[in-house]
Amino acid sequence: MEDLRSNILAYIDKHETCSSTELCKEMNVEHQKIVGALNSILAFGEIISAQPEVTSRLELTDEGRQVADHGSHEAVLFASVPAGDGAPQSELMKSVPNAKIGFSKALANRWIRLDKSAQGGPRVYRQVESVSDRIRHCLQMVAALSLDSLTAEERAELKKRKLVQEGRVTVYRVAKGPAFTLTLAKEETELTAEMLATGVWQTLTFKAYNFKALGQQPDCGHLHPLLKVRAEFRQIFLEMGFQEMPTNRYVESSFWNFDALFQPQQHPARDAHDTFFLTEPAACRLDAEQADGYLARVKAVHSNGGYGSIGYNYDWKESEAQKNILRTHTTAVSARMLYQLAQQPQFQPTKYFSIDRVFRNESLDATHLAEFHQIEGLVADYNLNLCHLMGIIREFFHKLGIRRLRFKPAYNPYTEPSMEIFSYHEGLGKWVEIGNSGVFRPEMLLPMGLPESVSVIAWGLSLERPTMIKYGINNIRDLIGPKVDLKMVSVGPICRLDK
Amino acid sequence: MPVVQIEKAALCQCLNRKDFTDEEVDELCFEFGLELDEVTSEREMLAKEQGDAKAAQMGDQLSDAVIYKIEVPANRYDLLCVEGLSRALMVFQSLAQPPLYKAVQPAAGMQQMRVAPSTAQIRPYVVCAMLRNLSFTPASYKSFIDLQDKLHQTICRQRSLVAIGTHDFDTLTGPFLYEALPPSDIVFKPLNQTKEFSAVELMQLYSGESHLKAYLPIIRDSPVYPVIKDANGVVLSMPPIINGDHSRITLNTKNVFIEATATDAHKASVVLDTLVCAFSQYCSEQFTVEAVQVNYPDGRASIYPSLAYRQVDIQVDYLRKGVGRSDSQLTIDEICHRLTRMCLVAKATSDATVSVTVPPTRHDVLHPCDVLEDLAIAIGYNNLEMSLPPTLCTGKQQPLNSLTDKLRLEVAFAGFTECLTFALCSEKDISERLRLPLDSLPAVRIANPKTLEFQVARTSLLPGILKTVHSNRSLPLPLKLFEIQDVVYKSSDSSGSAVNSRQLAAVYYGKSSGFELIHGLMDRIMQVLGVPVDQYKLSATELATYFTGRCANVLYKGSPVGTIGVLHPETLAQFDLTLPASAFVFDVEKFL
Repeated sequence: MEDLRSNILAYIDKHETCSSTELCKEMNVEHQKIVGALNSILAFGEIISAQPEVTSRLELTDEGRQVADHGSHEAVLFASVPAGDGAPQSELMKSVPNAKIGFSKALANRWIRLDKSAQGGPRVYRQVESVSDRIRHCLQMVAALSLDSLTAEERAELKKRKLVQEGRVTVYRVAKGPAFTLTLAKEETELTAEMLATGVWQTLTFKAYNFKALGQQPDCGHLHPLLKVRAEFRQIFLEMGFQEMPTNRYVESSFWNFDALFQPQQHPARDAHDTFFLTEPAACRLDAEQADGYLARVKAVHSNGGYGSIGYNYDWKESEAQKNILRTHTTAVSARMLYQLAQQPQFQPTKYFSIDRVFRNESLDATHLAEFHQIEGLVADYNLNLCHLMGIIREFFHKLGIRRLRFKPAYNPYTEPSMEIFSYHEGLGKWVEIGNSGVFRPEMLLPMGLPESVSVIAWGLSLERPTMIKYGINNIRDLIGPKVDLKMVSVGPICRLDK
Repeated sequence: MPVVQIEKAALCQCLNRKDFTDEEVDELCFEFGLELDEVTSEREMLAKEQGDAKAAQMGDQLSDAVIYKIEVPANRYDLLCVEGLSRALMVFQSLAQPPLYKAVQPAAGMQQMRVAPSTAQIRPYVVCAMLRNLSFTPASYKSFIDLQDKLHQTICRQRSLVAIGTHDFDTLTGPFLYEALPPSDIVFKPLNQTKEFSAVELMQLYSGESHLKAYLPIIRDSPVYPVIKDANGVVLSMPPIINGDHSRITLNTKNVFIEATATDAHKASVVLDTLVCAFSQYCSEQFTVEAVQVNYPDGRASIYPSLAYRQVDIQVDYLRKGVGRSDSQLTIDEICHRLTRMCLVAKATSDATVSVTVPPTRHDVLHPCDVLEDLAIAIGYNNLEMSLPPTLCTGKQQPLNSLTDKLRLEVAFAGFTECLTFALCSEKDISERLRLPLDSLPAVRIANPKTLEFQVARTSLLPGILKTVHSNRSLPLPLKLFEIQDVVYKSSDSSGSAVNSRQLAAVYYGKSSGFELIHGLMDRIMQVLGVPVDQYKLSATELATYFTGRCANVLYKGSPVGTIGVLHPETLAQFDLTLPASAFVFDVEKFL
């Protein structure tokens, strides 16, 4: 093999280019072996180039290959017959392979004769001194792909004897490659510790890597995409100087979820169709809220107004405020935090944020679940107005990579003015709502005890919606819940909201 | 939010813009705080509901005229009909002045409505008004019915707070009586029926009627039902269920008597104002309504509709600061002009004050901040100059959330994948499926779940993770999952509250139980939490969720903070899992 490779390289060195059939003839070996040698040279890199050309050619059958290697059946039989005394026919038939065909062909060629009346049974004798094995020669020429020297009769005979068949043969056009050399080194696949220790790596040649193949996946854990996006939003708020609110309180009183926010007790959002009420614990005590008169102030502003407001003019009931619910928004926590802020001796301007779960007893569909995450930011300071609200929202969304914004008047029970936030969606070619915002109503803030000149501006959005857009998920059940395909979790890219 | 349908042609006509494009209408709506929801037609709507074939079959009976479906804000009852919506937009576009609504008392005396003491038991209030010399067109008639329906669905809270009845006054004779009678004593021919029924029979009749059956519970169990009659004993209505057939209004009705019964007097008055303001434009004397006197048993008499105009004095400085504009950028005249475009007629009473007149159509205005919003809308939100708040603060995380995020990373580094499951689940999930008795759990229970999936707040993270394992059991093994989230416990004191508890749970699911791996993860977590080896140990115990002899309490400084073990084969079976699994659960808050 190594000789053959060296011979081939030497031949190419001399002729620059040649075909694989030419090499067959030159080296006097079968085409298949030449192809093997070429492949082996190709594995060393760009020493040679080999362009395949498919052609239709005669090729050897299994029997033909045997004949090409060992001689035709008749020649083998002839060789088995000792010169002079000959041999008994029965013995030859037993000991020589394919004796039956060989016997009849050799007889027809008049290479042997049969004496049927010899002593001890029919006996075979040579009729000529020596024979020329033309069939074998022809087959060797077929194997070397030099078919030009075969006559039509010879081809027909080989086919008839099923020694050759029509087949497709790939012939190569071989030429020097950019790294042509006459000597081939053995190639290593791995750099081993031993090679480093002995320093032998310096003299070794390394096999080329297949960079088209995939690497082996590392065995690692993964974070959930929604929570990766949550981490990004937290980061944005922290960069903007916001302080996180303690939102780990899913069960909330109607008081903090609605009443404190100046949401009247007959508001449709307080309906069983929208809100999860509880049987255990069904209602809570509002002792602390009662103790400093806050509860009474809230009752008053709902039923009779105050602080410049005419109120809602209805019979406010404490029992309704005591009803426990699963909070419908994190603004319940914002209200608690603003109330605490109002209890400080001196008001401190504050920026708060939270991202946590909220619950709605709504009809479920592809984009709505009974629970989702609300993102909320708020700023409490003296004399804040709509321009500040729009300004901070613009800053926030710029950090998310969203630049085209506009604001639509809207209605929220606890903010006034209120604005829905729209951004231009390039993919959809239209403006889509991305969040809600507003200035908290004085009827909410003043009963808490905040100074009159303090305004609180706030905005909110869901965490699920931007995550679904980011990760191209159409059904929210493919993102959250036990039916999620964990492959989705493992293949999701890292979250860079501004990319 | 409620949706109002308005024909494009009608809108174009009242806005005096024949060439209005859909985009321009969309833009106008956006600016005013409405949302153009859909551009459609009668045929398209039917096709959407009942299929193209049906729509084609109807042929000329359906109109192809363009209809806009416009969403209006939930507190703007005055915009719930075409009349109110188009008038508001006309005023906004300075194409009309805000109308002046008047309640007049006729020289011959007002119609009287006497309230009997019996109504106090069930529905104590009634308000009334009369629209005189009105001419309906088929479109305005339909709109009149639609508005009543929309009011019933919104401010009236499905008729529980207020129910409206409208009648052809020319079929009736005053004075009227509002009383409450035992159901068997009320007998009349209701709307769209051919014979008389008693109230008892009506409740039976309507229990199978999809539109009315929702209102039956409002009075069903009361010993007396409300009823309104005229001087001859003709039943006008049995609120809040149905009107009588006798006084039904038709396209030819000229004088409409309106009554609205209620459990909330203020809302009844708002509803009545809204209805008469919108439709008094069809009266021969536009925007004028005839008043009706309501006499209560205590001798008190009230005159309706109130149609009250309220004066609010507002500091100009408050308005300017609110929209971020200086004196020169926003003059008092401009403020007045812009507020008038919002139907809030305003005039300067000094250099520093404007007096704003809130009309009876604008019951949504409670406080000067509502006026401020209207000023901002009239200027255009998107014309305001944005600026960043000057507020300087330092960012700060909740320690629990910060710790949670760091632990999430460490557990993921250790080769576990994060799940995110629901905080609500079924009772079975937290009890039977974990082999625990339900009454042993401090679970928060939901009163009104729509499905079994929302019966309780979870008391353990394990069911969610095991369900996730089940959905992903075809993935290459082993599955290594974790979740760090809150569970909820009912508080043990009498405060009637509940608390969240931040937990970390991890599950290993594979051909073998993998307990040593789950144990190793726990060791690793304790290591990264900086817990010295002598402060943390596992102490064998028996818990039903885990397999016998393969379960331990996790002790931190001697007290239990969690549990660890091989899951019980029956726990696995509860989640349809066929391979062994190990798990731990522990309380993150103990390590704050």
